[in-house]
Amino acid sequence: MKNILTIFKKELRSYFNSPVAYIVIVVFLIITGWFFTSNLFIGGVVTMRNVFDIIPFIFLFFIPAISMRTFSEEKKSGTIELLLTKPISDMDIVLGKFFSTLTLTAIAIAFTLFYVVSLTFLGPIDTGSIIGAYIGLLLMSGVYIGIGIFASSLTENQVVAFIISFLIVFGLFLLNKVLVFLPTELASILEYISVDYHFSNIARGVIDSRDIIYYLSGITIFLLLTRTSLESRRWS
Amino acid sequence: MSIKVENLSKYYGQQAAVNNISFEINTGEIVGFLGPNGAGKSTTMKMITTYLTPNNGKIFVNDIDTSVDSMEVRRKIGYLPEQNPLYLDMNVLDYLEYAADLESVPSADIPKAVKKMVDVCGLSEVQHKDIGELSKGYRQRVGLAQAMIHDPEVLILDEPTSGLDPNQIIEIRNLIKKLGKEKTLVLSTHIMQEVEATCDRVLIINNGEIVADGTPDSLQTKFKGQLDITLILKKDSNDKDLILKAVSSIRNIEKARILKEDENSIHFSLTGNKGTDVREEIFRKIVSMNMIMLGLHQEETSLEDIFRQLTSN
Repeated sequence: MKNILTIFKKELRSYFNSPVAYIVIVVFLIITGWFFTSNLFIGGVVTMRNVFDIIPFIFLFFIPAISMRTFSEEKKSGTIELLLTKPISDMDIVLGKFFSTLTLTAIAIAFTLFYVVSLTFLGPIDTGSIIGAYIGLLLMSGVYIGIGIFASSLTENQVVAFIISFLIVFGLFLLNKVLVFLPTELASILEYISVDYHFSNIARGVIDSRDIIYYLSGITIFLLLTRTSLESRRWS
Repeated sequence: MSIKVENLSKYYGQQAAVNNISFEINTGEIVGFLGPNGAGKSTTMKMITTYLTPNNGKIFVNDIDTSVDSMEVRRKIGYLPEQNPLYLDMNVLDYLEYAADLESVPSADIPKAVKKMVDVCGLSEVQHKDIGELSKGYRQRVGLAQAMIHDPEVLILDEPTSGLDPNQIIEIRNLIKKLGKEKTLVLSTHIMQEVEATCDRVLIINNGEIVADGTPDSLQTKFKGQLDITLILKKDSNDKDLILKAVSSIRNIEKARILKEDENSIHFSLTGNKGTDVREEIFRKIVSMNMIMLGLHQEETSLEDIFRQLTSN
């Protein structure tokens, strides 16, 4: 536990020591802000709906971008050898990096609470679905981050890591959109795999254990894959 | 016994990087792994530090099997990889604190441990600078400080002086010697002088196998092949072939040939039997022929020659 915290603190600090975190957060807020204000002033509707619709799409780029360096950079600079010969387990390293990236994402998401607060002055809001959407966003970004970290552990090239994680994340995102073209048996399976489907469930304000299990197992699978990828150095 | 390696092998695909090697290193020894690039020095070190897992064989560090309790082994070892693992955007103190944290140094002891390493490695002037701003020599010191932050019993340094300028090399060597007094120290290098300057014992590794093991002196005695003598004479009316014949007739000289000839002098290259000294007899012979000697130099096979002899494929 202490080891996870050590990695977590170091990683979070290095996010904020570099311009990456700031740039990404600013861009995130500009895009969500545009969707929020255009909906509010042009549409004249008191809702977070548009913002929550666009965030999964922004995350397709946002999360691969912030997680691409987690392991690639360590591999490239050789610091991975430092980490892997210190008395901490591979899983501690993976978890430390996972939670630091999740925290950065949560900070970005937390800024959108300003929109919610400003809405409360304008009219009644659907508290249940908003809370649900935030929980859903965090869980969904957890899966994306797991994928991003896994991709990063595969290569020492950050650009390659970005592309791999983008392709996987985009694939999971797209599944939900192509269902109409597929036979029903296959469609129901793919629907279950789709990240977006579960998000739209939770964002309605219905917190179903199936959706939670889906996200937690997605996170677990990719973190375990990352650990396996780190261990693969031993077999090569 | 500090480190014990038994029948260790590591393959990369079909290629054996390390091929069935065994050796032991006693507590307090300074041992140098000497070998050309790609000989398997780094791979062996990576297996001792548990970064890589061997395909065959066992490694014990302080009698702990690396495959059984790798965490305990890691705690005993301080390791400086060949590619110095530095975070260039961190400052020196933060980096050392992080290293101490990773080594599970109790938080209360961390400031003391960092302070000690800053003093020992001479980092006080740069302690607040980012590592990215430091010269290579300083970076290497930071790497050494990182490796020793938890006061390990065994120190493993992979090419600690590579890429440094001559002054920095001497600084780092002195630092290593100072540290080596209290610890078991293994370092790798492909530079002969380094081994002669710092190590109690040398393992010469080539193609994944140990080809020689011993103190630098004992290796020199064992592999002493021959005596190389250079003789320079002033040119005069004497016939060169006659001189050559005369010199060859001296006891213990096996071969003689003319190396080069210019306007004023003739250079001879002579080969003598090992363990003899033929300088005096050469001198007498030359004087008896009424010739003038301009130079005489005798050299025994150096560690460098042994190294070349053992590792040239």
